[in-house]
Amino acid sequence: MNRIDERFDELKRHGKKALIPFITAGDPDVEYTMNTVRALESAGADIIELGIPYSDPLADGPVIQASSQRALKGGMNLDIAFDMVQNLRINTSIPLVFLIYYNCIYQYGLEKFVEQCGKAGVDGAIVPDLPYEERQVLKPLLDDAPVYFISMVAPTSAQRIKEIASSAKGFLYCVSSLGVTGERQAFDSNIDAFMEKVNLYSAVPTALGFGISEPQHMRRLGHLADGLIVGSALVRRIEQKASDRDIYEFMRGLRLALDECMEQTMGNNS
Amino acid sequence: MNKGRFGRFGGQYVPETLMNALDELERAYNEAMADNSFMEELGYYLDKYVGRPTPLYFAKRLTEYLGGGRVYLKREDLNHTGAHKINNALGQGLLAKRMGKKRLTAETGAGQHGVAAATAAALLGMECDVFMGREDMERQALNVFRMELLGARVVPVTSGTATLKDATNEAIRDWVSNVEHTHYIIGSVVGPHPYPTMVRDFQRIIGDETRQQIIQAEERLPDHIIACVGGGSNSMGIFYPFVSDDAVKLYGVEAAGLGLDTDKHAATISKGNVGVLHGMMTYLLQDKYGQIQPVYSISAGLDYPGVGPEHAYLHDIGRVHYTSVTDNEAIEAFEMLSRLEGIIPALESAHAVAYAAKLIPQISKDDIIVINISGRGDKDVQSIAKLKGVNIDE
Repeated sequence: MNRIDERFDELKRHGKKALIPFITAGDPDVEYTMNTVRALESAGADIIELGIPYSDPLADGPVIQASSQRALKGGMNLDIAFDMVQNLRINTSIPLVFLIYYNCIYQYGLEKFVEQCGKAGVDGAIVPDLPYEERQVLKPLLDDAPVYFISMVAPTSAQRIKEIASSAKGFLYCVSSLGVTGERQAFDSNIDAFMEKVNLYSAVPTALGFGISEPQHMRRLGHLADGLIVGSALVRRIEQKASDRDIYEFMRGLRLALDECMEQTMGNNS
Repeated sequence: MNKGRFGRFGGQYVPETLMNALDELERAYNEAMADNSFMEELGYYLDKYVGRPTPLYFAKRLTEYLGGGRVYLKREDLNHTGAHKINNALGQGLLAKRMGKKRLTAETGAGQHGVAAATAAALLGMECDVFMGREDMERQALNVFRMELLGARVVPVTSGTATLKDATNEAIRDWVSNVEHTHYIIGSVVGPHPYPTMVRDFQRIIGDETRQQIIQAEERLPDHIIACVGGGSNSMGIFYPFVSDDAVKLYGVEAAGLGLDTDKHAATISKGNVGVLHGMMTYLLQDKYGQIQPVYSISAGLDYPGVGPEHAYLHDIGRVHYTSVTDNEAIEAFEMLSRLEGIIPALESAHAVAYAAKLIPQISKDDIIVINISGRGDKDVQSIAKLKGVNIDE
């Protein structure tokens, strides 16, 4: 069984939601990233997204772009990322998902990428520039691995939602609002209707991302999906050279807010 | 089955947020092309506003100087705004208006496409934001001011290498955020489907006119057509109507910068390998991990690490011969054409002229050659002066 499925099953049994932080692998170096992963896990993260740095990250806002540049400057590459995951796997079984642009996979070689994911212990891949129409080159290879190809839906997906959501594996990455990654103050009211539609069709748990950055967002959005993704807010702290302790505190705050929101919802239901 | 392929090239490698917009654009584009009133409107503006058809001019002194063939120049430099870019900007601007969009955006390197987009926006009464690398803004200050005069806002791009590639990233990011009321006018035959096809179709008027004009002048098709290739819109425009005429040899000239044996060039097809950038699969200059490499050319319009997917395909099937010339060869051709014909070409177009000068000694004296002069060189006068140590600042 894929570690992602195991984690969501467990969360469901406990009536909890998944907290999914994103960090760029190798920003500013591998050792820092490994320490951060441990801090995130002990603060209660359920799945960790590791961004593979890329020179031209189309779907990302300034914070993650800069993070990508720092990691590249530090010499990060996909081979090192696989080694890092292999090392992390000695001590952790937390689900790890790569966020990786397609050109990085294409140059590495699709088969080799899939094989290395399996070997190192990567549980899924999010490829933000490989939409439904283009994914067929990669998805069957991952399915056999088995490493999950994590699909994305956006508020503009409209009639595409059904097709994408019903064939999703692992979890479905739901883009909260138009635009690129980055912290947002508020969320459009359409988000509730969007998530209602997504949840109706999704074959797997849903995770909401883009703009989610603080405890009050956990409370506002927690009931809309099975998990929440936090990226830029965390990466900005890394840019400011946050200590393991700072990372832990920040993630802990989000965890408590998310759990609190669920306890209230469950309380209301009973 | 995925759409918009030229062999293995092209496709739609974009974030999910944009997929619906691309579908909408494709539908609107197909409908517009099948609608006589749209084609008439576009034709009207191309005729009365842009000044088409542009002449196909027999370059007698250049022919004599190069000692052979019969050399014709397709004068895209005579278009309103000074380059072929307006053909596409106007086409897409009209399409955007028809789709009910309120705002146009564009990326620009040298500024020619930015000026064309700003012009179309002014003509059609639309809002316009042009994304331009901070470094290019300094190199092309005149065009920045020109765009502002036309009522556009020029948005400096500081991410990545702060050049055309990053301006394109930023324009795509903006489109992801404002897709509902904005149309992004891509300036070349690049990007996700349907852009490469659409831009080619708006530029094929160059080749369609050339065909008519050369038959009128020579009663036959040309033997050789030469055009420069950055993203590849002027070359695709002039090549496309001749692709199925096997006897017509087509040459795409890339920027070799300081030389193909250095890392300072932009010869994507000559030196690159296949990958994905800006929504398309094509040839790219990149490292083994797929990180896009910085490119260089004296000509800002050729300074792009990718190339249109249809060019990649035409290279693969051997229909077009892709080659390159260096900065120095281009500068020499720039001066040669200025002195011999009284035509100061854009540095981009000077690459095509430079290759013609290499080719002509090797071909028959009866051969007909067409060079696409894609733009005029006023914008480059300052940098050439600087290179020659001449101070022309007030």
